[in-house]
Amino acid sequence: MMAPAIFGVAFAAAGLWSLQPVQRPLAPADIDGFIRARLTREGLKPSPEAPKRVLLRRLSLDLVGLPPAPEEMAAFLADTSADAWARQVDRLLRSPHFGEKWGRHWLDQARYADSDGFRSDRFRPHAWRYRQWVIDALNQDMPFDQFTIEQLAGDLLPNATGNQRIATGFHRNTLTNREGGIDPEQFRVEQVIDRTNTTGTVWLGLTVGCAQCHDHKYDPISQRDYYRLFAFFNEADEDHMDAPMPGEWGPHLQARPEYDRKRRELLAAKNVPALQAEWEAGMIEAAAHPGKRLDWDHAFDDLRTDCEDGEKILRTPAAQRTRRQSKILTAYFLGNYGRVITRERKEQLQFDKLAKQLAELDKTLPALSEAPVMRAHARETRLLQRGDYKNPGEAVTAALLPLLPSTGVTRPARLDLARWLVSRDNPLTARVIVNRIWQEYFGRGLVRTAENFGSQGETPTHPELLDWLATEFMDGGWSMKRVHRLIVMSAAYRQSSITRSAVDAGNKLLARQSRLRLSAESIRDSALAASGLLAPDIGGPSVQPEEASGRDRYRRGMYIRQKRTAPHPLMVNFDAPSGYGALCRRNRSNTPLQALNLLNDPAFVEAARALAKRTEGAEFDERLNRMFALTLGRAPDADERAWLRAYLEQQPPAVAWTGVASVLLNLDEFITRE
Amino acid sequence: MLTRRQLLQSALAPTHFPASARAVIFLFMPGGPSQIDLFDPKPELRKWHGKPLPVEATKDLKLAFIKPNANAVASPRQFARHGGSGAEISDLLPHTARQADQLCIVRGVHTDAFNHDPGELMLMTGSMQFGRPSMGAWVNYGLGSESRNLPGFVVLSSGAPPSAGTNDWSNGFLPSAYQGTQFRRSGDPILYLSSPEGFTREMQRSRLDVIRRMNEKRRRETGDPEIDARIASYELAFRMQSAAPELLDLSSESARTLEMYGVNREPTHQYALHCLLARRMVERGVRFVLVSHGSWDDHNDIDKGLDKNCRITDQPSAALIADLRQRGLLDSTLVIWGGEFGRTPMTQQQRTDIGYGRDHHPNCFSMWLAGGGIRAGVTVGKTDELGLEAVEDRIHVHDLQATILHTLGLDHLRLTYPHSGRDFRLTDVAGLVARKLLRRPPA
Repeated sequence: MMAPAIFGVAFAAAGLWSLQPVQRPLAPADIDGFIRARLTREGLKPSPEAPKRVLLRRLSLDLVGLPPAPEEMAAFLADTSADAWARQVDRLLRSPHFGEKWGRHWLDQARYADSDGFRSDRFRPHAWRYRQWVIDALNQDMPFDQFTIEQLAGDLLPNATGNQRIATGFHRNTLTNREGGIDPEQFRVEQVIDRTNTTGTVWLGLTVGCAQCHDHKYDPISQRDYYRLFAFFNEADEDHMDAPMPGEWGPHLQARPEYDRKRRELLAAKNVPALQAEWEAGMIEAAAHPGKRLDWDHAFDDLRTDCEDGEKILRTPAAQRTRRQSKILTAYFLGNYGRVITRERKEQLQFDKLAKQLAELDKTLPALSEAPVMRAHARETRLLQRGDYKNPGEAVTAALLPLLPSTGVTRPARLDLARWLVSRDNPLTARVIVNRIWQEYFGRGLVRTAENFGSQGETPTHPELLDWLATEFMDGGWSMKRVHRLIVMSAAYRQSSITRSAVDAGNKLLARQSRLRLSAESIRDSALAASGLLAPDIGGPSVQPEEASGRDRYRRGMYIRQKRTAPHPLMVNFDAPSGYGALCRRNRSNTPLQALNLLNDPAFVEAARALAKRTEGAEFDERLNRMFALTLGRAPDADERAWLRAYLEQQPPAVAWTGVASVLLNLDEFITRE
Repeated sequence: MLTRRQLLQSALAPTHFPASARAVIFLFMPGGPSQIDLFDPKPELRKWHGKPLPVEATKDLKLAFIKPNANAVASPRQFARHGGSGAEISDLLPHTARQADQLCIVRGVHTDAFNHDPGELMLMTGSMQFGRPSMGAWVNYGLGSESRNLPGFVVLSSGAPPSAGTNDWSNGFLPSAYQGTQFRRSGDPILYLSSPEGFTREMQRSRLDVIRRMNEKRRRETGDPEIDARIASYELAFRMQSAAPELLDLSSESARTLEMYGVNREPTHQYALHCLLARRMVERGVRFVLVSHGSWDDHNDIDKGLDKNCRITDQPSAALIADLRQRGLLDSTLVIWGGEFGRTPMTQQQRTDIGYGRDHHPNCFSMWLAGGGIRAGVTVGKTDELGLEAVEDRIHVHDLQATILHTLGLDHLRLTYPHSGRDFRLTDVAGLVARKLLRRPPA
C-alpha cells in the first residue's frame, strides 16, 4: 500500500515524493493556474506577454532549433486572428525539423556518438541509422510508451518489424573498448552495466548505478535489486542488420549477382578460400592451446579485440555465416594474415593489392544501410561482488525494481521491463520525461535535478503541476507533441523574459521567461539559416563539414560526425555532450573560447560573408533591415543604425558588410533564445 | 566551509587552508615509463633474468598482454647515487640526476588500471570512467585563474598524444570554462585565435567595440547579468589574441636559457619549447599546465625506446626545475613528472626480430615531484626486491591527487561539484594526503 501523495518535503527513502503515485490534482486545470497560484502565494505577478517578434523567434528556436525566416515572421505579424499563435505552434509541430531539434535532446540521453570511444575510438559508420529512427519517431509523434518499448525491447515484439529492431540501437550507443590486452568479458560487463545505469537514469531518474558495488546509500535499491535489473540487459547481445532506407533494395539486388561473381573470382585468383580456411584452423588451434606459438597467440588476441565479432564469426561454421560476417572475416584475414607468415611470403601474396581491388569492387555495389541492434541471448547472471566481473557471487534472475509497483509478471523478460517502465502505475517515467521537456522550455525543470528523482535529487518547485502534466501525458496516449503543445500554448511560456526585479533570482517561480543561450547545434544552424547556406536535408549519415564541399558542408550541427575522443570544437566550446554517458541537462557556459569561435572560426566567417552577399544590392538602411530580420527577427533602432553605419565606414569596403554581418552573428541576442 | 558560489565568485578564491603552491606543471609521460630502468633499481632481478618469477609472487598480477610466467628481465641500466640524499637515478637521466636535491622521488605509486585509457583517466580525473573533470579543471574551478589574458588550464603535447586524448584535460561535467585549452603546434596556438583573413587588429577591435555596444544595450533592455559575462568573455578573447603571441615570442629569452632547455635543437626542441612555455605561462598566471610527451609504451625494444624518450625529455625537464628555481618560482610552483602506470619486471617478447619490452604494471611505479611545498632531496616509498608491489609508503593516484590539491590549499574532500544526483570530487570516494611528501611548515 502506497502512502498518499505529499510533496515538497524531503522524505526518507520509503516516503520519497517521486515514488508516490501520480495523482491528477483536482484544480486548477491548466499550467497557468498552477503557476499563478504559486506566484500569488508569494505576492508576485507574472510578466506580460513578450512582443510577437520575440515570441515567434522563441517558439521557432524551441520547436525546430532554427530562427524564423523573415517571411514567416511577416506572416505571423500580419495574422491578427485569435488563433494566430496556435497556428504557428501547429505549423512548427508539424515541421520535419521538429524531430531534429527534439531528437537531439533525446540523443543526449541516449549517449549517441559516431565512434567507439576509448583508445581506438573506431568510427561507427552505421550509428546514424538509430538517429534516423529517433528523428522519424518524434516527427510521427510516436507515443512515448511505444517509443520506450521499441528502443528497449523492439526485437522481442511479436513479428518485430525492421524499424522496431532498429530502435534497439538505443543500447548500441555504449562505448566499446578495443584496447589491446583487455578481457572481452570485462568490457561486455561494462557495457551491460552502462545499459542498466542508462536505463535507470533516462526513464526513472534514478542513479541505480550506485548499487553496482554495494546497496544504494540513499535510495531503496539493494545490490541484489541492481543485478536483477542488470540481468535483463545481460540476457542480450549485440547484433547487426541490413536496414535499408526506402529505395535502396532494388538497385542493390539488381547489382548483386554480378558483384558476387567478380568478388569470387578475385578471391579465387589469390587462393584466398583455401588459405583463409587454413588460417582459421590455426586461429582456433591457438585459442584452444595458448602458449604453443606466440605469434598465433597474439594474432588471436588481436582478432578478439580488433575485429568486430571476430571470435564469434571465426567460431561460426563458414556455411552458416551471414554475407556481412563472411566479408568482415575475409577482410580481417587479408589485412592480418601477414602476422603469422614470413615477410617474404607476405610480400609474395600481395594481399594489400587484393584488398584495394575488393574495395574498388565494393563501390560498384549500391549500398544498403545497416543498423547496429540488440537481440536476446540467454545467459546466467550472477551478482558481482564489489562490482568486479572477476568476482561473481550468487546467481540472480531478472526482476523489476521492488521499489516500484510490480506488473505481476512472474518471470519478466526485457519486453516486460520496457512495458513496466511505461505502465500507468509507474510513478517515475511520466514525471521524469515531462520534466525534461519542461526544462528545455524554461531553462530549468520543475525538478531541477532532471537526472535524479531520488532522495539526493531536489523536490519539485510545482509538484501539482508536475503531476498534472504527467497525467496529461499518460492520459493523452503518451503523445509528446501534446505535452509540447500544452506548454507552448501557456501564458507562462509566452511571458517576457525581461528581468523585473531581483526577487526570485533563479526564476524558480516563473514570474517571467528565461533568456537561454542556444545549444552548440542551434548556434551553427542559426548562422547557416540566416546566411542562406543551410542545407536543410533531414537525416542520413553523419558529415564532416570542414572536409566536405557541397551540401554536406552546410548540414545542421546534429549531423556532424561525433567522434568521442576528438569532438568537434564548436560542440566542445558550447557544451554539447561527447556521448560518454546519458546526459539529461546541458551546461550553458560562457567562455572566451566561445567568443573566438564565433569571431574567427572560418565556418562563421563564411556565414558572415554569405549573409553580406545575400543582402547585397540594397541601400544601407534596407540592407541593415534585411540582415536584422534574418538574424534577430527584428529591425534595428536608431542607435544601432548609427553605430553600425559608423563601423561600416571605418572598414575597408571589401569586407565592410561581412564585418557587419559578423557583428550580428556574434551578438548575445543572436545566440540567445529570449 | 566555502560554498561553491563563493569559490566561483572570486577570481582569486580563498583556499580551504594556506597554500604552498600557486601553480602546477604536470610533466605527463603517457604510456607508462619503466620505473625499473629509471628510478627504482632492482639488482635482485639479475638472479631471475631469463627465468619466470616465483609463482607465488606473480599469481595475482593483472597483466595486459603477457602471462605471469613470462621471463624476468633485469635492467641493463647503471644506477649511481646523486645529490646530498644519494637518490638513485639511472644513467638514462643525467640532467635529472643533477637536480636530485630538488626532487621528491616517489617509488610507491600505484593505480587500479592496467590499460592506457582507464589508467590515464584514473591519474588525470580520478576515475576510470570517461566524462569526469580533469585535475586541471578541478583546480581552476576551485581557485580560478590568475591570468587576465590567458586560459587557466593549458595543455601542450609533443610526441605521440596521450591515448585518452582530450578526455585527459576535459572539464567533464564542470562548466566548459574550466576545460584545458590545448596550444597547438602549428597554425594558431589556440584554435580560432587569429582574426579572419583581411581583418587587422584594429578592425578586430572595432568589430568588438560595436559588438560590445550592442551587447551593453541589450543588457540594459533585458536586465540579464549573463550578458555582462558575455562581454567579459569577448574582452578576454581579445586580450588572448595578443597575449598568446606574446607568450610564444621567445625573443626576450637569453641564448643561455634556450640552450639550457634545448630549444632550437634536436631531439629536444619541441618538448623543450613546451617546458619553457610552461614556465612562461606560470609567470603569466596560468594555474595548471599539462605538458605531455609520449609514448613510453615500450612493449618492444624498450632499451631503444627509453633511450629515445630520455634524450628528448631529460634535459628540458631538468632545465625547467633549475630555471624555476633561479627565478624564485619553484617554491610556488608544483612540478610533477610521471605516467599512468609503470612496467613489469618481466619481459614481453612479442617478436623475434626486435628487442624485448615490458608490459603495463599498475602495482608500483615511480614519479617525482618538485617545488610547491614538497620536500626536496628525498626518495619516499619502497617496492619489493622484484619490483612487483609497493611495500612501504604506498601512494595511490587518489592520494597523489589529494596531495596536489593540498599544496594548492584545497581540501580534496570539500572540492565537490553536484552532478547526476551526487557530489563528485577529483578523488572519487578515496584519497589521503601523503603528508610524508610535504615540507614541514616552518616552526
